[in-house]
Amino acid sequence: MNGTQTLGWLIATGWLWLSGPSLASGEPFLPQQDGQVLEHLTVKAADPVAREIKTLRASLFRDPQNLGSAVSLATRLIEQARAEGDPRFLGQAQAVLAPWLKQTTPPPSALLLQATIRQNAHEFDLALADLDAVLNIQPTNAQAWLTKASIYQVQGRYEEARRACQPLFRLAGRHIALTCLSDIASLTGQTNKSRELLTASLDRRGISIRERLWILTILAEMAARTGDAQAAEKYFTDARSLGLKDQYLLGAYADFLLDQERAPEVIALLQRETRADGLLLRLALAEQKLHLPASKDHIAELAARFAAGRARGSNVHVREEARFTLELLHDPKKALNLAQANWAVQKEPWDTRLLLESALAAGSRGAARPVIAWLHTNHLENSYLQQLAAQFPEEKS
Amino acid sequence: MRIILTLILLLLTTPTWAHKPSDSYLALTVKDSQVEGQWDIALRDLDYAIGLDTDGNGAITWGEVRSKQDEIAAYALSRLTIMTGETGCPTQASRHLIDNHTDGAYAVLLFTVACPTAIETLQADYRLLFDLDAQHKGLLRLTHGQVTTTAIFSQEMPMQQFTIGEASSWRQVRQYLHEGIWHIWLGYDHVLFLLALLLPAVLRRVADRWEPTPDFLSAFWEVLSIVTAFTLAHSITLSLATLGVIVLPSRLVESAIAASVVFAGISNLYPVLAQRRWLVAFLFGLVHGFGFASVLSDLGLPKGSLALSLVSFNLGVEVGQLAVVAIFLPLAYVLRTSWTYQRLVLVTGSLGIAALAFAWLIERALDLKLLPL
Repeated sequence: MNGTQTLGWLIATGWLWLSGPSLASGEPFLPQQDGQVLEHLTVKAADPVAREIKTLRASLFRDPQNLGSAVSLATRLIEQARAEGDPRFLGQAQAVLAPWLKQTTPPPSALLLQATIRQNAHEFDLALADLDAVLNIQPTNAQAWLTKASIYQVQGRYEEARRACQPLFRLAGRHIALTCLSDIASLTGQTNKSRELLTASLDRRGISIRERLWILTILAEMAARTGDAQAAEKYFTDARSLGLKDQYLLGAYADFLLDQERAPEVIALLQRETRADGLLLRLALAEQKLHLPASKDHIAELAARFAAGRARGSNVHVREEARFTLELLHDPKKALNLAQANWAVQKEPWDTRLLLESALAAGSRGAARPVIAWLHTNHLENSYLQQLAAQFPEEKS
Repeated sequence: MRIILTLILLLLTTPTWAHKPSDSYLALTVKDSQVEGQWDIALRDLDYAIGLDTDGNGAITWGEVRSKQDEIAAYALSRLTIMTGETGCPTQASRHLIDNHTDGAYAVLLFTVACPTAIETLQADYRLLFDLDAQHKGLLRLTHGQVTTTAIFSQEMPMQQFTIGEASSWRQVRQYLHEGIWHIWLGYDHVLFLLALLLPAVLRRVADRWEPTPDFLSAFWEVLSIVTAFTLAHSITLSLATLGVIVLPSRLVESAIAASVVFAGISNLYPVLAQRRWLVAFLFGLVHGFGFASVLSDLGLPKGSLALSLVSFNLGVEVGQLAVVAIFLPLAYVLRTSWTYQRLVLVTGSLGIAALAFAWLIERALDLKLLPL
């Protein structure tokens, strides 16, 4: 895209005035007027969500020993954390459960929620230990098996993930078990089978919009991974037409568009989504591709957010930071270190991709070797990853 | 079945988080028996703990925060205990400000802590928000004179103890010494400049020709005068730039440094250009000092320990420089009578240095990348 086109495009979307100044931490100040708004809360006191949480909180306050009330409140808070993309609610949920978690043998329902919280904080091994404790007391707890399967899947432990899905046939029904298995199958060389299973579930009667969204997202990403751009586009469009706002879907679609060299569409999609770190990252990537001046501010903003995360010793954003370092800071050596640290924790397709891309950019065959071996062992079906792996000629065998 | 379905939805891949979890930023500056504190606490956390959004419209205004200032101070300070030895130190809020961090607006609480005796060990017991948010963390920056320490309070580690002593100053001195030494060795431009000036030091001009110096002592004095002039000059500008008295754009400084190396190399081929090499070392040394200063500021200077780090870094630079001289001088002195030294080392070496530095000059002045280094 040349300069004139870029400019025309900018004016067309009114993008220049939409992207505000970045929020950098400066010197403390004394606001001049009482009316000055300092902060917007994600939920207002009058919102139904806030009232629901308030009611749940009140009932726990009346009866602080009631585990049932605590579990309902914590579950609601975890849902809220995911809906708003705000991890503060996770910490609040954990605090609600604290009295029970401190017991020598915590009740399974509290442990199960703690496992979910820890899974979200990328503390996978701690989460698995919680789940084992649950299954020790309640071997028939379907949710514990399902959570276990999904953690194993993120960690790339596909065989263990499959085994964790098996009890679901007996405990939760064929539909749940097949969904559990087909997600794993889609990663490990059985895309067609898995696509069949998932499209069949889409036609099932009584399927909720959320479930439909989930299945369509899996199908879209699966198609994108196997290089079927047309099918991916169709599934993404179907998922987006459901009208549910879903940050994961936005991120996945933005990645697809970036890979398809459709950066202007990414900007149209994400220009208002600067709050979520992962989405701001994709926006900055698109801005960089189009050589837009806003990428500078956004890169500085992202660097500040990653630094703030590191300061608290958190590893939740290592994948995003590796991608940021590789593609926006152009520092392949540092990106490789981050990608390796990330790959030690999680092994989803993007984690593998970032490690291979960083290794390629840093010219480090040694770093790619274990990843390529792992790809072969697990029969990963991913046209892009295979192309990447093929660029390390000595590692083919 | 229904329960399971909601569960599945909880288990989808981790969402992209809009924020980091809750943190507060606590800065403590220890002076004898007093501690100055600054505590940045997210407005969203305070709203959750004590309710700031009085009108419930979802927007927190300065007026709402201001009307709750006493409550904020009481809430926060009752959850932080500072002790020295066995004695508790009372805290007193002094001012309320606002600051923006990466995840939103924070209340800034300034306070003082008065201990009965000079503080030798400081224990901090931090209990803010842990009862409401199990993932909350308190990020501490503790400053004492020259030294800054950082620590993280969490539910698992709410209590920490710090020794306000000299041991950590020594660690900082070592760190900056080390950085100074490495900078001289890894920043080839400084070493090459010095080498270019020193190459002829074991020779002397007699009737427009190079001759070996008659004795070691005269070579030694020549080297000493050059090194001293260079040291003096760069120490002056390093200090001025670090203290913020003079600030120059780094592209200008880096280009001037490259130019100085070009000049030093060429002047060995046309000795008329630099008859008093100590003067050249002094004048260009001023430029090199600005280069050192930018390295030092990249290292991130703690405000309280500026002087200490400046001196340690400068000492490190001198140590690194002396090491170069210690290797160069005996070697050059032994070789000075040979044809190899007078022709090959001096002429080719100076030419090589000038050519390399010229490439740097182009790179730095025009912001290009020519060399792999």
